[in-house]
Amino acid sequence: MTTTVYVPGDAGALSVGAGEVAKALTAEAARRRAPIKLVRNGSRGAYWLEPLVEVATARGRLAYGPVTAADVAALFDADFLNGGSHALSLGAADSIPWLKGQQRLTFERVGIVDPASVADYVKHGGYQGLTKALAMAPAAIVQAITSSGLRGRGGAAFPTGIKWKTVLDQPAGQKYITCNADEGDSGTFSDRMLMEGDPFSLIEGMTIAGIAVGATQGYIYLRAEYPHSLRALRTAIAAAHQAGYLGGDVAGAGKRFELEVRLGAGAYICGEETSMLESLEGRRGEVRVRPPLPAIKGLFGQPTVVNNVVTLATVPWVLAHGAEAYAGFGVGKSRGTLPIQLAGNIRRGGLVERAFGLSLRELLYDYGGGSATGKPIRAVQVGGPLGAYVPSSQFDTLVDYEALAGIGAMLGHGGLVVFDDGVDMARMARYAMEFCAIESCGKCTPCRIGSTRGVEVIDRILEGVDGERNIRLLEELCETMVQGSLCGLGGMAPFPVQSALRHFREDFRARVK
Amino acid sequence: MDPLPPAESAVVRRIVADLKGRPGPLLEVLHAIQAALGFVPEGAVPLVAEGLNLSRAEVHGVVSFYHYFRHTRPGAHLVSLCQAESCQSMGAQALAAHARRRLGIDFHQTTADGRFSLEPVYCLGNCACSPAVMIDGRLHGRVTPERFDALVADGAAAP
Repeated sequence: MTTTVYVPGDAGALSVGAGEVAKALTAEAARRRAPIKLVRNGSRGAYWLEPLVEVATARGRLAYGPVTAADVAALFDADFLNGGSHALSLGAADSIPWLKGQQRLTFERVGIVDPASVADYVKHGGYQGLTKALAMAPAAIVQAITSSGLRGRGGAAFPTGIKWKTVLDQPAGQKYITCNADEGDSGTFSDRMLMEGDPFSLIEGMTIAGIAVGATQGYIYLRAEYPHSLRALRTAIAAAHQAGYLGGDVAGAGKRFELEVRLGAGAYICGEETSMLESLEGRRGEVRVRPPLPAIKGLFGQPTVVNNVVTLATVPWVLAHGAEAYAGFGVGKSRGTLPIQLAGNIRRGGLVERAFGLSLRELLYDYGGGSATGKPIRAVQVGGPLGAYVPSSQFDTLVDYEALAGIGAMLGHGGLVVFDDGVDMARMARYAMEFCAIESCGKCTPCRIGSTRGVEVIDRILEGVDGERNIRLLEELCETMVQGSLCGLGGMAPFPVQSALRHFREDFRARVK
Repeated sequence: MDPLPPAESAVVRRIVADLKGRPGPLLEVLHAIQAALGFVPEGAVPLVAEGLNLSRAEVHGVVSFYHYFRHTRPGAHLVSLCQAESCQSMGAQALAAHARRRLGIDFHQTTADGRFSLEPVYCLGNCACSPAVMIDGRLHGRVTPERFDALVADGAAAP
């Protein structure tokens, strides 16, 4: 009897040896004449257990990890194909405590399904949302998204339904659905995991968006640093076409929707929506002055929905299960769930999807298990390179857009980057300004010049030149950038600097040469 | 500016002809040129400008805006080290110092024998397995200096 074995094809899993494990499994199975079917699933997101190998047995999917190619022969000796016990046994994958306590809605299929198979997607509940949407009036679809409370998961947290309604209300004509897959924030990888582990949910979400607002063409703007995602998306788009879920007659309902992946070229600023549109049009990724909003005048001057990968991939769940079911998760104005990414110096890093409202402490210690180095956690940068550094005294803050804003931080795309007590916060502040200088599009002065001056001022502080006066100057410069920049890059790059000054001032002292 | 050798000119002209009908084609064209030639030579700029009915300044402006497009021929192996916050928290700067010493070059440089080019990159999306390195499109996580040396030795052995 052929046994199904799962070895992730996710880039993160491959980066720690999943490819070698898959090769060794295939070779060893052939040598022992043990028939196996190898499925390259996505990652379940427990990266400290990668490469995580699963075997389909009568007792469900049993997990082993972290497996190296050198462990493979011993796994066969232990009869792992029948769930045999081995030092790397983790029991049923679903029962691994780190995974079991999660509330996976957007990521319900990631790590479970074969990301290249439409049939597997449908078998696990895929395309139910589209089926429902096709039976609804466009305005009713938009209303469902509004009622669900879904907000933009790229970082800006703007209500998705309101954006869609603006596009729907524009006169009929060429409209576009664009997906922002330029996931440039350090500490984030949820878009990547989703595109590699369950690309059809993004395709379905974009198709639903197209039907809702009357758009027939979609573009996924993918960062060039994600070659594995590119392959997964191209494979899935071709398969969806083949199965009649994309093209001139979507699911036999007489609606057209076409989808194409376009590659970015290593510019962080292109994660900003208007800069992304410029780039999609083949120009320098310089931000546009708003108004007009992209929803009114976006790609090629036409009404355009711009949403993040996770936002769009959540849409099928909302349609399939109902807006109320989604809004039933979360706290305050933060409804639903958030795929949170634990990154950096953390023992059990990976993806945790939970309803809004758990604390940073739970994430860092209950899920994360503290720092990877075993030293005390000193600071956590929340929300990417433009996010504030949160000190340990604030770890009881809840993951909720408003609660984080309340302490001068922001949730962004949901990444937490952990630093132990060896971190030099003045250096991290300098890096924030340096990164802004490297990535500034150059259109507005506060960002273009301010970031370069910011690096110079911090250097003078660290050299001991007029310390107090230069710290005041740095604070004023940050204020100018926040108030005067055209977009979030220059407008938020000072947040890590300001938070470092506020919470870790002792690090801003002159260095002994 | 040196004109392109005839074979490379032909490649660029074919790419432009294939893609010019697509909406907003310039980035697509530049990606295709870099995929075919390994970089975007300065001599390709006038050909692209002419083919897409843009000014040379517009094409140059786009090529130079994006970090991903290379202006010089890269080494046989492209080594990108992530230098963003998550990887910094796990020693990316020390790893970069090691890589510079091991290869004898700084960022944005190519070894004299043409085997390796070294580039910084700001996030490879592998932040739960920091520090991350990409070599010729292959991603590597939890890279120690010893592992880096082994990866580079593998690369040196490969064609």
